[in-house]
Amino acid sequence: MSNRLFSALIAALVVALWLAGRLVSNEYVFFVGYAVVQYILLATAWNLLGGYAGYINFGTAAFFALGAYIAVAINKLVDLPVPVLILAGGVAAGALGLAMGYLTLKLRGVFFSIATLAMAIVFQAVITNWSFVGGASGAYVLRPNEGPWGGSYVEYLFYLMLSMAGGAVALARIIERSRVGYGLASIRDDELASEASGVPTLRLKVLATVLSGALMGMAGAPLPFYVAYLDPPSAFNLSYAVNTIAMPLVGGTGTWLGPVIGAVLLTAVQQGAMVTISSAANLLLVGLLMVAFITLAPNGIVGLVRGLANRPSTGGNKK
Amino acid sequence: MPDPIAVANAIAAGVLLGGFYAAVALGIAIAFGLLDIPNLAHPAFVVMGAFAAWQLNSRLALDPVLAGLVMAPPFFVLGLLVYRLYYVCFERRGEAQLQGLAFFFGVLFITEVTLVLTAGADYRSVSASYIGVSLSVGGIILPERMLVPFGVALAMIVLLHQFLVRSFMGRAIQAVAQDEEALRLMGVSPIKVKALAFGLATATAAIAGALLIIVQPVEPSIGRDFIGRAFAAVVLGGMGSLYGTLLASMLLGITESIVSDMWNPSWAPAIAFGFLLPTLALRSSGLLGRRL
Repeated sequence: MSNRLFSALIAALVVALWLAGRLVSNEYVFFVGYAVVQYILLATAWNLLGGYAGYINFGTAAFFALGAYIAVAINKLVDLPVPVLILAGGVAAGALGLAMGYLTLKLRGVFFSIATLAMAIVFQAVITNWSFVGGASGAYVLRPNEGPWGGSYVEYLFYLMLSMAGGAVALARIIERSRVGYGLASIRDDELASEASGVPTLRLKVLATVLSGALMGMAGAPLPFYVAYLDPPSAFNLSYAVNTIAMPLVGGTGTWLGPVIGAVLLTAVQQGAMVTISSAANLLLVGLLMVAFITLAPNGIVGLVRGLANRPSTGGNKK
Repeated sequence: MPDPIAVANAIAAGVLLGGFYAAVALGIAIAFGLLDIPNLAHPAFVVMGAFAAWQLNSRLALDPVLAGLVMAPPFFVLGLLVYRLYYVCFERRGEAQLQGLAFFFGVLFITEVTLVLTAGADYRSVSASYIGVSLSVGGIILPERMLVPFGVALAMIVLLHQFLVRSFMGRAIQAVAQDEEALRLMGVSPIKVKALAFGLATATAAIAGALLIIVQPVEPSIGRDFIGRAFAAVVLGGMGSLYGTLLASMLLGITESIVSDMWNPSWAPAIAFGFLLPTLALRSSGLLGRRL
């Protein structure tokens, strides 16, 4: 399938969901739907670097919360529409990705990962001390009652997030099958050999970090309007980092489809567990699933399905 | 001009704090610095050690340091098991480090949530004769709550350093860090050496955990605050150098203490990153370590 056809299909899907959404009057559907598409966006963004290049980013919460707090800060100064705030959040988080990438991506991947983990902690300290956006006590954001085209505001936010998630998935698929994607895959498989064959490894890694960070920042920008009250512990919640890593790993990291499957599956599982058990048990479940998949099925669900499909001809999945 | 006594107090408090940080970082200095195993879950193991010390202290009225020593052998066994799993699932496949990072991140998370589910999310603390007492030397106040962990941490680091330098097994651990293949050619199993070293690293978490709960009350997610600090200390100190880690921990402790005293304590967790990032960008061999 060509990229153009695929993008058109994604766009058609988004529009179809949009039209279907107009018939739904239950607010709860949009609240849950928002969480699902937000995680599709975050998982897809993480996968650009983590899945394609094999560099693990533990700092999802930092990029995500940066987007959210940029939106809070701008919203306090001027009244701008949410899409503009989303762009601003994306630019800020992309710049953060650029800085992090240049400083740490020259070293082995493990140091990049540790630096991202530490970065999330620093950002939390910065935001906690930044009284303009509420500091430790948090910020209240006035959420309009109605979206610009009628319907509730949460419904409007859901459509925004849905469009972004659709765009990110299309972008991921385009990258996966482009020179950039093959370059990133060669870094994942053998960075030294890749560098020796003339792949501009540093530039590609930085590019992937910037794109991935920008998408995470864009995912965060509507958050203050969605929750109406934002404080550092919730914006920097570790569950964002864990979920964003667990989803692609469970779904399968090498392809655009993996994060989508993982995001839908894990959000569904967590919504179910939240209702039936407790929220702590629900996080335990995500942790266990993640460890189970990394140890037993490193290629995720997509890998398992491919392995099954290939079995008669090749006798087992490739390493 | 700040009061010189206040500055001296902040520095003394920082040195004591740094000694304690070194105890937490010690396990990472061995696992990550020497064995290249990015054990992100170590601080969670430290918190687990703290909860074990709390149990032994509140039920059997055992001294927390003694409780740490008692818990060290079970933690050693836990380390052997974790390494075994890590080896079978990742190291043997050759794509150890990055998959391993995600694995340890998951283990960190599972440990933390399990502690919440079994012991609750409340703060716990221990009682001992030296908690709440302080010495005063020329106007400088040294709380025994910090002095005891400092002393234990120092003893632990010196002993482990001597073990690594003098004993046959310790030298084998250093050899595995330098050239695994050569060790294999000498007829020594690198896997066994690494398992033992990782066990030792995990055993230090039992003692560091006991020290942690002496220093401050502990709740399950507190380990996260130490991930950045411990890795920053190991990287800044120089990979694989225990004394380097001690030195870096003290620098970190002193800086945090001064910033907290003169400015605002909520900035303290950010300082580790301020150490880590320039080290990675400018001098990746750290203060006393081997080159990356």
